[in-house]
Amino acid sequence: MTAEARPGVSMVPGAEFRSYYDRAVLKASPWEIDIPIYLFSGGLAAGSSLLAAGADLSSRPGLRRAGRLTALGGLGVSLVALVHDLGRPGRFLKMLRVAKFTSPMSVGTWLLATYGPLAGVAAAGEVARLVGGPKSLGLPGQLLAAVERPAGVAAAVTAPTIASYTGVLLADTATPTWHGAYRELPFLFTASAAAASGGMGMLAAPVSEAGPARRMALAGALTELVAERRMEQSLGMLAEPLHQGRAGRWMRASSWLTAAGAVGTLLAGRSRVAAGLSGLALLAGSWCTRYGVFEAGQASARDPRYTVVPQRERIEAGEATPSVTAGSPAP
Amino acid sequence: MAEAHPVGFQWVVEAMNRGATVIHVDPRFTRTSALADEYVPLRAGTDIAFLGGIINYVLTHELDFREYVLAYTNAASIISEDFQDTDDLEGLFSGFNRETRTYDETSWQYAGREDHAEPAQETKQERQTAQPLQHESHGISLQDEPPRDDTLQHPNCVYQILKRHYARYTPEMVAETCGVPVEQFLEVCRAWTENSGRDRTTALVYSVGWTQHSVGVQYIRAGAILQLLLGNMGRPGGGILALRGHASIQGSTDIPTLFNLLPGYLVMPNPADHGSFREWIEDMGGGAGAKGFWANAEAYGVNLLKAYWGEKATADNDFCFDYLPRITGDHGTYRSVLDMIDGKVKGYFLLGQNPAVGSAHGKAQRLGMANLDWLVVRDLFEIESASFWKNSPEVETGEIVPEECATEVFLLPAAGHAEKEGTFTQTQRMLQWREKALEPPGDCRSELWFFYHLGRMVRERLAGSTDARDRPVLDLAWDYPVDGPHEEPSAEAVLREINGYEVATGRPLASFTEMRTDGSTLGGCWIYTGVFADGVNQAARRKPGSEQGPVALEWGWVWPANRRILYNRASADPEGRPWSERKAYVWWDEEQGRWTGHDVPDFEVAKSPSYRAPAGASGVEALSGDDAFIMMGDGKGALFVPQGLLDGPLPTHYEPVESLFRNPLYAQQANPTRLEYRREENRMNPGGADAHTDVFPFVFTTSRLTEHHTAGGMSRYLQYLSELQPEMFVEVSPALAEERGLEHLGWCHVVTARAAIEGRVMVTERLRPLRVEGRTVHQAWLPYHWGSGGMVTGDSANDLLGIVLDPNVLIQESKVGTCDVRSGRRPRGQALLDLVAEYRRRAGLVGATYPPVLTTGKGTEQ
Amino acid sequence: MTRTNSLYGPLDPARDAGYVDPPPRKGFFTDTSICIGCKACEVACKEWNEVPDQGFDLLGSSYDNTGALGANSWRHVAFVEQGSGSTGTRAPVDLGMPTVRGEQEDAAEAAGGDSDKPDFRWLMSSDVCKHCTHAACLDVCPTGSLFRTEFGTVVVQDDICNGCGYCVPACPYGVIERRKGPSGAKNVGIAQKCTLCYDRLGAGQEPACAKACPTDSIQFGDLDELRGRAQERVAALHERGVSSARLYGHDPQDGVGGAGAFFLLLDEPEVYGLPPDPIVTTRDLPSMYRRAGVAAGALLAGAAAAFLGGRR
Ligand SMILES: Nc1nc2c(c(=O)[nH]1)N[C@H]1C(S)=C(S)[C@@H](COP(=O)(O)OP(=O)(O)OC[C@H]3O[C@@H](n4cnc5c(=O)[nH]c(N)nc54)[C@H](O)[C@@H]3O)O[C@H]1N2
Ligand SMILES: Nc1nc2c(c(=O)[nH]1)N[C@H]1C(S)=C(S)[C@@H](COP(=O)(O)OP(=O)(O)OC[C@H]3O[C@@H](n4cnc5c(=O)[nH]c(N)nc54)[C@H](O)[C@@H]3O)O[C@H]1N2
Ligand code: SF4
Ligand code: SF4
Ligand code: SF4
Ligand code: SF4
Ligand code: SF4
Ligand SMILES: [Mo]
Repeated sequence: MTAEARPGVSMVPGAEFRSYYDRAVLKASPWEIDIPIYLFSGGLAAGSSLLAAGADLSSRPGLRRAGRLTALGGLGVSLVALVHDLGRPGRFLKMLRVAKFTSPMSVGTWLLATYGPLAGVAAAGEVARLVGGPKSLGLPGQLLAAVERPAGVAAAVTAPTIASYTGVLLADTATPTWHGAYRELPFLFTASAAAASGGMGMLAAPVSEAGPARRMALAGALTELVAERRMEQSLGMLAEPLHQGRAGRWMRASSWLTAAGAVGTLLAGRSRVAAGLSGLALLAGSWCTRYGVFEAGQASARDPRYTVVPQRERIEAGEATPSVTAGSPAP
Repeated sequence: MAEAHPVGFQWVVEAMNRGATVIHVDPRFTRTSALADEYVPLRAGTDIAFLGGIINYVLTHELDFREYVLAYTNAASIISEDFQDTDDLEGLFSGFNRETRTYDETSWQYAGREDHAEPAQETKQERQTAQPLQHESHGISLQDEPPRDDTLQHPNCVYQILKRHYARYTPEMVAETCGVPVEQFLEVCRAWTENSGRDRTTALVYSVGWTQHSVGVQYIRAGAILQLLLGNMGRPGGGILALRGHASIQGSTDIPTLFNLLPGYLVMPNPADHGSFREWIEDMGGGAGAKGFWANAEAYGVNLLKAYWGEKATADNDFCFDYLPRITGDHGTYRSVLDMIDGKVKGYFLLGQNPAVGSAHGKAQRLGMANLDWLVVRDLFEIESASFWKNSPEVETGEIVPEECATEVFLLPAAGHAEKEGTFTQTQRMLQWREKALEPPGDCRSELWFFYHLGRMVRERLAGSTDARDRPVLDLAWDYPVDGPHEEPSAEAVLREINGYEVATGRPLASFTEMRTDGSTLGGCWIYTGVFADGVNQAARRKPGSEQGPVALEWGWVWPANRRILYNRASADPEGRPWSERKAYVWWDEEQGRWTGHDVPDFEVAKSPSYRAPAGASGVEALSGDDAFIMMGDGKGALFVPQGLLDGPLPTHYEPVESLFRNPLYAQQANPTRLEYRREENRMNPGGADAHTDVFPFVFTTSRLTEHHTAGGMSRYLQYLSELQPEMFVEVSPALAEERGLEHLGWCHVVTARAAIEGRVMVTERLRPLRVEGRTVHQAWLPYHWGSGGMVTGDSANDLLGIVLDPNVLIQESKVGTCDVRSGRRPRGQALLDLVAEYRRRAGLVGATYPPVLTTGKGTEQ
Repeated sequence: MTRTNSLYGPLDPARDAGYVDPPPRKGFFTDTSICIGCKACEVACKEWNEVPDQGFDLLGSSYDNTGALGANSWRHVAFVEQGSGSTGTRAPVDLGMPTVRGEQEDAAEAAGGDSDKPDFRWLMSSDVCKHCTHAACLDVCPTGSLFRTEFGTVVVQDDICNGCGYCVPACPYGVIERRKGPSGAKNVGIAQKCTLCYDRLGAGQEPACAKACPTDSIQFGDLDELRGRAQERVAALHERGVSSARLYGHDPQDGVGGAGAFFLLLDEPEVYGLPPDPIVTTRDLPSMYRRAGVAAGALLAGAAAAFLGGRR
């Protein structure tokens, strides 16, 4: 109570550290559930655009429709989440004042600003078809029919960046568990996007057309599982938050769901129901990954241990930058 | 000092950066201790024992600055043979009257000067009127040189008396009494003495940790003896620095808000001593044949009266001396409040004070105010002293019923210090002019405005009255230029009048030596004369330190005569040469035949060091060329004080009134002359000599937090300060917490015979138990800033305190008391009263008997 | 993304930001060895910058009741009581008439000799935004609200910030924060932190906190000059036996390229709530982008493969 530069209550044996009244050194991001929703829906949209373009080019109308509409939905949810996070729509526009390479959020904004309209046009084509075909809409309809495919392909080309940049978005912070995972997070999130969109394809497209979705889902799921393991290894003690508390529950659910989804995808054969369930599991797994990683990062920022101990270890190992000089030990 | 005078503390830090060593003596570890080189924890209320121990160390090892001591102090002066010391009388001095608990000072006088003493029956009245506060600046009045022994061997010379008096204050005794270990104590002794002398000086800094005791004045006296012995007075880097309180509290003693003083430390007349103008002047030292600067008291008195009554004040009517109000006894704040409870006071003005929170015995304060007809409160906010009738602990207990409380409260909004111009006089006696930064909002007005217009309206009401008692008001010189829509009087015009001027020409006086006794000059406060010299507001000078010498004489203006260090004649040796190059400050320039140096010499500029007063000389002339302490009748720094102190000529350790311990030095337990009000609501906890001290087993002390200001009117009503210390708390050591089951941040309540208050528990090693007389003493600490109003509220520490006063200046003993500390919140309503009553019962504080003040059989009767 | 230290390493930030002939870089040297914990800096900052209060909470952390730097505390004074580790549950012991002493004994402590160890000290330290040479907050800000001033400092433009909150987790010192309240306060929802009194600097005045600091614990000035002064101060303290004195954040080679506001501390940084070895996150940004690029490429390729490989 009084001598507060005391060792923190350590859960890792040997990781004694000192802090200021056990208070956080860092600030956790002020983000709430909007952001993991955005991570998830953006990834889903991106993967779906890829599937849609592939389906378009390989004449799988069902998969194309599912992909384009999912992309549109994902995009919509993303925007709503972003605007909700900012509080007012006008605030989003301020992002467009500048383009900053050092800001993953700025980069992401411009990527979204590129990808979004393209995916939107492609989806518009799909919607037009649903309401009676582009031709029925006159000149705009014709125009739409003409640009629909190029837009869809262009969206697909930009989409992967939407899936992967969110890894950088989180990693490019001082939040210990996010930054510590900067090598793996882009892969994890991209794989997670693939698994989710593949799963969505399996869920929404006819089984006959869903082969590419299954393959993407499977590859995504497996990569996601591997990337997650790799991430934990390189995080060291910073992986703790991924196992503890709320984040731990979500991460465990993520592993089980993704693994189950992957197995299901392999075994489902041509069963519509099994495919659907597998797809659902992958979607859920992807969501759990996003939310789990998000929460783990928040927790790591709130506990001074994850700031102090690794940095202290760096100093002890002689790897530190010279933040402190000319102190003890005494001459 | 870092806590309560952070801005002043910058100079301590600067001194430290230049190599100074800082020692902090305090019951608890504070922000000052954090920076100090050495922190000495001592039991609250035992500083005289501590300082006495150092005096003893100095004298035993003959470490005094002998040349200085011989020349500038009364060490060699010989005291009456009748003098008997505390060693012989179990803690009393000779001349004690057991009946009145006062001293006859006859035996304390210089040998052969016994007739100068105040008769004993008068000292009782002096206590009532805090006369020593008047004497403080008047020194000893003498008509000729007292006998001396320059070898310091005479058994009754001050030096030998001092030596005997403090011989008991050994390091072991200090350890036992104060809880300071011998080794640490000796370290302080060494540091202090090694850093004093020809080439080095040590400064002593104190504030209310020293004053708010039943022996407060003697605390300072002990410091003065030490500093005189070590030659640290009147010299750069030395001195006794009283860190004063409110921004211009020095100003409000110079131009006093005290009932017993007039501006410039002139005495407020009382009918017994001051029947006539002449008697008044003589009592202030202005008698025929008197020595020293107070010999000019007549000029100071006449100029003040002229400032009050202008043309109406003439030599023929003794300058309207009869118009001055007279004091008839104790009109101090505590007496007045008790009189309010007794229904003897009808109306009350409160300006810039919040006694409901800030004064000892909060309940008495509030009950007193609740028994008035009317109360005027001028403040920045609706403080507790204005809202007590609807929101106070007594409303909670039912002792005040809002619907029935008849006091009519007039709350008048005051302008803050940034909203008006004028001067602040700070702790160095420096006047600094302050510009108005912004207009006061709404109906807020300055004090100047309020009093000027109140006076104007009263005079208008009385105009044409033939009643003699209205003359003093109607004859006042009450005309100041006013300005602006609110007719704000000119503060500069007031300062000009305070400075004084020639009546005929209006020429501002340059020095109080220009003041005349014939009425041709006037001046409101003689010590301030010169602040408007040459018609220039000298207090407004702001020449940066970098553009002038180290003493910075051109920043502001310091009374008297812009002199930065008082008695600075003592910075040179008797021959007028600096004691050392390093400490050169003011010296005699033989060639020019005058005093010169870095500061304004505190001496007649042309008086040679070799000047010897001719026999029979009087006034300033009677001061010799080496009489450095020019305000003292004998020109000497007083190691021994023959006149003026009511509780003894030498500081003697007495226990605080509420103490857990028996006085280890003398049979007399606590200050025998203290002023007590023995009333049911003012029961004191048992002291060390009484039974039942175990009922209140802990010592507590109260003081300040940097984050708040006194009674909170200027801090608890502001969000930026409130958030910094948002709640009343009680600091306890881990050991006390353990003993009483107190949990950090939990609640506790503190109980005394007056009240129980609650606060959050702050467990901290900054508070530590001390070993005293073989026992462990736990000390608790409380800030006293909280009350029921403002943004952050809490119980008031002052509710815990009873009223017991130092006899000399009537300051309350609010720095030390005993208490019990218990876990949890205090009871509410009637249950609270019951709890306190139960404690009183257990402590034996019932019925009409009170524990005896005198705990010794000795002491002479007159 | 070039290798010219624009993300990491020593740099003149104002020049890097494009100012052609900027004034000397300004900063703070906070010498905590002479901080008296008066909090004048906290209050002066709030008064000048109209920062709302934090709420009235007794925190029980010595005399610190504002807790940490944040949107509503741009200066924060830490109070650390270091004693025998007592928490109020220890046996009531005679603490042995302790000499609680200043820094001299730190030498003994630091040297590991506990014979004359101080048994208590009270550290106080006023913390503030570091105005990093490589400011992660500024780097990641997507709107350009955070910008580098001509004085080399880092400032939020309230009217441009959109409250995205990205700067908050980016700061390696946990300084900047989005203002949550109180309702009615200005700039709620906007990222807030010390501006190094940009408005005052522009008018040739020193920052409010430094101006108010009575002991000159907070020293404002040209960063180069301050760094020299700080070295001298540490040397002087070491000479006086205060070997625990150390500088924090003054070295341009450190993880943020040197802080514009650096400190003299008497214990390890984490004791004051400071990170011991902060590194600007954007140091690793190029690597992150490369990896994101590879991941994106892999997804594109994978998707293509999913369509091309085996028609089922
Ligand atoms: N921030 C702030 N500054 C203030 C004020 C304020 O309220 N807040 N008030 C102003 C006023 S009006 C005044 S008078 C001054 C007062 O200034 P200070 O006298 O410095 O104020 P306190 O904190 O009341 O008391 C000082 C110390 O005395 C210690 N003490 C108590 N009893 C004893 C004792 O017996 N012996 C010794 N040696 N020490 C003891 C206390 O533990 C405390 O640390 O401050 C002025 N400045
Ligand atoms: N237990 C305990 N009690 C103590 C002390 C202690 O140490 N311990 N210290 C004592 C000391 S040293 C002091 S000085 C007293 C202080 O006690 P008080 O003087 O009763 O308390 P303050 O809060 O200083 O009251 C000053 C009031 O003046 C108001 N004010 C400010 N400026 C102006 C102005 O220009 N005009 C007018 N009209 N009003 C103004 C403020 O708002 C405030 O309410 O407390 C004493 N009480
Ligand atoms: S409040 Fe005023 S008088 Fe007191 S320390 Fe601060 S500046 Fe000085
Ligand atoms: S300390 Fe944090 S908020 Fe301040 S400039 Fe550095 S990164 Fe930005
Ligand atoms: S919250 Fe404001 S200042 Fe911070 S990164 Fe976003 S836009 Fe920039
Ligand atoms: S520089 Fe200005 S904004 Fe920054 S902490 Fe100091 S006063 Fe506040
Ligand atoms: S103003 Fe200076 S001394 Fe006071 S707390 Fe702030 S840094 Fe410390
Ligand atoms: Mo005071």
